[in-house]
Amino acid sequence: MTAEHPMVRLTGVSKRFTKGKETISIFDHLDLAIPRGDFVAVMGPSGSGKTTLLNLLGGIDRVDAGEIAVADHRIDGLSEGELAAWRAANIGFIFQFYNLMPMLTAAQNVELPLLLTKLRSKERAERVHTALSVVGLADRVKHRPREMSGGQQQRVAIARAIVSDPNLLLCDEPTGDLDRQSADEILSILQLLNGELGKTIVMVTHDPAAANYAKRVLHLDKGRFVERELAA
Amino acid sequence: MNDFDLVRKNLFRRKLRACLMIVSILIAFMIFGVLAGFYRAFTAGEDAAAADRMITVNKINFTQPMPIAYFNRVRAVEGVRQVTFANWFGGYYQDPKNFIMALAVEPNTYFDVYRSEFEVPLEQLQAFMRDRGSAVVGESLAQKWGWKIGDRIPLNSNIFSQKSGGHTWDLTIAGIIKGKAQHVDTNFLLFQYAYFDETRSFGKDTIGWMILQTTSPENNDRVAKTIDAMFANSTAETSTDTEKAFGKAFAAQFGNIALIVLLVVGAAFVTILMIVGNTMALSIRERTREIGVLKTLGFSGPRILTMVLGESVLLALLGGIPGLAIAALIAMALRNSLANVVPGFAVSPTIALQGLALMIALGLITGIIPALNAMRLKIATALGRG
Repeated sequence: MTAEHPMVRLTGVSKRFTKGKETISIFDHLDLAIPRGDFVAVMGPSGSGKTTLLNLLGGIDRVDAGEIAVADHRIDGLSEGELAAWRAANIGFIFQFYNLMPMLTAAQNVELPLLLTKLRSKERAERVHTALSVVGLADRVKHRPREMSGGQQQRVAIARAIVSDPNLLLCDEPTGDLDRQSADEILSILQLLNGELGKTIVMVTHDPAAANYAKRVLHLDKGRFVERELAA
Repeated sequence: MNDFDLVRKNLFRRKLRACLMIVSILIAFMIFGVLAGFYRAFTAGEDAAAADRMITVNKINFTQPMPIAYFNRVRAVEGVRQVTFANWFGGYYQDPKNFIMALAVEPNTYFDVYRSEFEVPLEQLQAFMRDRGSAVVGESLAQKWGWKIGDRIPLNSNIFSQKSGGHTWDLTIAGIIKGKAQHVDTNFLLFQYAYFDETRSFGKDTIGWMILQTTSPENNDRVAKTIDAMFANSTAETSTDTEKAFGKAFAAQFGNIALIVLLVVGAAFVTILMIVGNTMALSIRERTREIGVLKTLGFSGPRILTMVLGESVLLALLGGIPGLAIAALIAMALRNSLANVVPGFAVSPTIALQGLALMIALGLITGIIPALNAMRLKIATALGRG
């Protein structure tokens, strides 16, 4: 099933950027399939297209040519509004710099994606509590980001990413701003989400140690993938 | 939490900045409330004017007298239902600074013409008509000075003198005039023209102006032309106009109140518009990355637009409503002391509603450009800007 119906499938994807009079090709007829339940680390030199790949997978950016399907659902033809609704229901984003709202508490930050659902306040509160429990921050619900360490803030960001129960988590350098110990904690949580909850994870990283937590590593170079399997 | 909580928390993330903006908007709406209250008071006469009432004054200006003989000639004009007249007395009580709006009137006809505005109990009106040395006093004025029926008050004039040389007319209060509606001003005193004319030292047999009621507003133009033509080329030519036009012209003696209000309020609002608009734009620009994150989470462009507009409208309401409330308190505090100059000075419900509409407009105008920018913001650009 995973081979025929992968979580992510890119077919003949091309993406170019125009800078002044110069057009830079990032991907040219790129193909990729990521099975359901996979945990993929994407590595590569700066400018190789790692973040662009995440943007395309998350419906943040658009392809110039080709098709993108996530969970058998084509997203390359969706309008901005449709993409927003699709992201809310299907994708969880984790950023390098956490990107929490400074004026909101941890619980309120986690609750943000649920404002887009029809859940009642009580149901939202239950989900927020569950998500924060998964990342080990059930006792920090009322803390604001500035009152938490970087590792704790990233855990709140993970809780925010999973609270609406998306199938695909997209992580852009999730440990890039953390010390080793905090990074390991975050990566362990991602492994847990992948292993125990079956979330498909695509993680962009420069850190080989972080990549070791993934099931496999895709090396991106000049718009092409070079795959290397890791021991589980 | 809901979208409103998010809007509120965003607005107050920089408390000092939010408070300063609120205070500046508060001051603008306080100015608006006070000036609009003044404007309303000045033009209240226009609003209260009856469509079938007209005023005839000396063509030179309304301070110049006309012969009382005009009264009976105007009564005979076809299309005129009733005519009365009045003479400005220039009154004050005890001290020249205690201005009293006192008019010498013909009582029989005066209360007929103004029967829809004022009422005096029949026995009091009859007492007033019987006693030429009596007066009827508006309820507001009576309350202000604590006057009651039977009191004898010395009314001074800063224009007229008695034949005996004095400037004081002693009048007995025969009745209290009540307004038939809440907005009717009763801050005046009426006494008998016959007594006034008989005792004054100059200007005998002249009157200040005539108030006439036509049989129908459709006859107004024809009646006015007939009256003014009747006295053309005389020593006292007349000018007849509707009561509303007369009230407007009277208010214009004090300057173009509407223009003054418009200029002051306009200047305040343009200033506030620029300050708040610039601050909102800055505030949204500071949050570019966060807006990108909200969009990444699935918040649509229109929803972001609504939230930013909500923030600017909330800001305008938080400043504007207390501003209007303070204006209302100022009006209440000054109402009595300004009763003679601008009776009815108040922040009315209409002004409050206009203010509310202005607040919403201010919020939408100051927020629209940042809101549109936020709505159109590309997520990749927003997140890359960080």
